[in-house]
Amino acid sequence: MILELLDIVQYPFMRRALLAGILIAVMCGLLGVFVVQRRLSFLGDGLAHAAFGGMGLGTLLLLSGGWLGAEAALFRQPLFVALPFVFITALSIAWVRDNTNLSSDTTIGVFFAVAVALGVMFFSLIPPDASVNFDVMDLLFGSILGVRQSDLVIISATLMLCLIVIIPLWGRLGYATFDEELARTDGVATRRLEYLLFGTAAVVIAVSSLVVGIILMAAYLVIPAASARLLAKSLFQMTAFSVMIGVSSTVVGLLAAVFLDVPSGSTIVLSQAVLFACTTLLARRRIFGSRS
Amino acid sequence: MKTPPALHVHQATVRFGEVEVLSEITFNLEQGQFLAVVGPNGAGKSTLIKVALGLVKPMRGHAALYGKDAGSMPERIGYVPQLKTFDRSFPASALELVVTGLRRSWPARVRAPERERAAAALEQVGAVGLIARQLSSLSGGELQRVYLARALVRRPDIVLLDEPATGVDFLAEHDLYALLERYQLETSATIVMITHDLAVARYHASRVLVLNRRVHGYGLPADVLSEQCLQEAYGHIGHAHALSFG
Ligand SMILES: Nc1ncnc2c1ncn2[C@@H]1O[C@H](COP(=O)(O)OP(=O)(O)O)[C@@H](O)[C@H]1O
Ligand SMILES: [Mg+2]
Repeated sequence: MILELLDIVQYPFMRRALLAGILIAVMCGLLGVFVVQRRLSFLGDGLAHAAFGGMGLGTLLLLSGGWLGAEAALFRQPLFVALPFVFITALSIAWVRDNTNLSSDTTIGVFFAVAVALGVMFFSLIPPDASVNFDVMDLLFGSILGVRQSDLVIISATLMLCLIVIIPLWGRLGYATFDEELARTDGVATRRLEYLLFGTAAVVIAVSSLVVGIILMAAYLVIPAASARLLAKSLFQMTAFSVMIGVSSTVVGLLAAVFLDVPSGSTIVLSQAVLFACTTLLARRRIFGSRS
Repeated sequence: MKTPPALHVHQATVRFGEVEVLSEITFNLEQGQFLAVVGPNGAGKSTLIKVALGLVKPMRGHAALYGKDAGSMPERIGYVPQLKTFDRSFPASALELVVTGLRRSWPARVRAPERERAAAALEQVGAVGLIARQLSSLSGGELQRVYLARALVRRPDIVLLDEPATGVDFLAEHDLYALLERYQLETSATIVMITHDLAVARYHASRVLVLNRRVHGYGLPADVLSEQCLQEAYGHIGHAHALSFG
C-alpha cells in the first residue's frame, strides 16, 4: 500500500496535481474562514459561475480574433479575460450590496444567474468546428490531473497574492468580521477591507475554479472552514484548522481518485465531507460533554 | 491657551433619508464631567454617540473630541456599544475581545503583557473569572462587563456608554456606577452615558443632556431634570419616568 503510494507520487502529473491541490487548499482555507464567518458561503458559487461566463467571453473573443493558442493547457489564454470578468463581478456584488438594501445572497444570486446565462450564450456562439482545445466539461468538473507546469506558476502567483493580502490584514479583517461597527470606531477602514476581500476572492476563485471545476469550487471555500469552525475556540485556530483540513482532504481525495479510478473532484469533496461529518460528531460530543 | 473641551458638538444635524434624527445639536462637555444623555426611544441618543465616534458624519455641523475631529483619535476613546445580539458563531474568548481594546485589531496570539493588562481590566469590572470563557457561553450581563473591560483596558480619556445598564440586574448596575466613578477618580476621565433611568442621571451625573431629536435641556442635573424640560422632551408628563421626578 505504502509502496503503491510512493509509486503513484512518482508520476510527474500526480506530483503536479498534488502541488496544485495543496496550493489551492491553502488559499481557499485562508479565505474560507472569512467567507464562512461573514455568511458569504454563496459567494464561492457565484464567482465560480462568473468564471464560466468569463471563460465563455474569453474563448469567444480569442477565437474571433484568432488568438487562441494551439497547445492545450489548463490555463488557456481565456483566463486572462475571465480573471478581470470575475474581478469586476465581485466588486459589483459588493457595490450593489452596499448601495441597496439587498442582502448578500440575493445580490450574489442575481449575478450568478446573469453570469451563467452569458456563459451559455458565449459558448453557444462558438462555431462547433472551431478548435477550442478544451472541453467545457473540464471547466465544469475540473481537471486537476491535467495541471501543467505553466499552470502551477499561475497558481503559485495567486497563492502569493492571497498571502500578501490576507496575512498583514488578518487582524483587521477578523475584527471587522466580528463586529463591523466596533472595528470602524477603532479606525479600521472596513469598507475598503471588504472590497479587498471580494477582489482577492475573485482572483483566487477564477484561478482555482479552472482546476477544481466550477461546480465544486464552493466546496473548497466552505467545507474546510465550516469543519474548522466546529473544532476551533479562536479565529486563529479556525484559520489553521481550515488550511489543514483543506490540505489533507485534497491529498487523500487525490490519492483515492487514482486508486479507485474515479474523478478527483468528487473524491476530494467527499473527503472534505467525511472530515466535516467527523468534526460535527466531535463537536456534538464536546457540547454534551461540557453540559454534563 | 484654553484647553479644548473633551467633547464639542456644534450645530450637528443628522438625517436618515427624509427623517431628521438630530437637528442643530450644540453643547460642550469639559474634561472630567459625567454626562447622562436621556430621552425617549428613537430620540437619537445612539446616533449622537455615533457622531462623537465619527461613525455617523453629520450633514451639517460637526463634532470634535479634545479639539480634534470625531473619529481621528480612537485610542483615547473607550466605547461600550448597546448590547446587541452578536454573532454567537464567532469563535472567540473574552480575553481576545478585551485585547481588541489594546490592539485595535483581532489578535491571532495574545502576548503575555497584553494578557496581564486584559486580566487587570477584567478584574476592574469584576469579571476576571470570565477571561478564558468563550463569548458564546456568556450571559448578557457578563458580556456587558467584558465589553466594559474592553473599553477601559486602553485607559481612555473619554468613555462612551450606550445604555450599559439595560438588561443588567440591579446589583450589577450599582457596581457599574461605582466602578465608573472609581475610574474617573483615578484618571479624571470624561464619561458620557446614555441611560433610560432618570434616577441615574440625577444621582451619578454631573451634567445631563435631555435629547429628543434636538436638545431640550443641558446643564446641571437639578436644573435640567425639571418637569417642564422633561415634559417637552417626552411629550407627556404621564410618562412613568417623568412622574417620579415631577
Ligand atoms: N442607520 C440608520 N438608518 C436609518 N435610520 C436610522 C439609522 N440609525 C438610526 N435610525 C433611526 O434614527 C432614529 C434615532 O435612532 P437612535 O439614535 O438609535 O435612537 P435612540 O438611541 O435614542 O433610541 C430612530 O428612528 C432610528 O430608527
Ligand atoms: Mg439607542
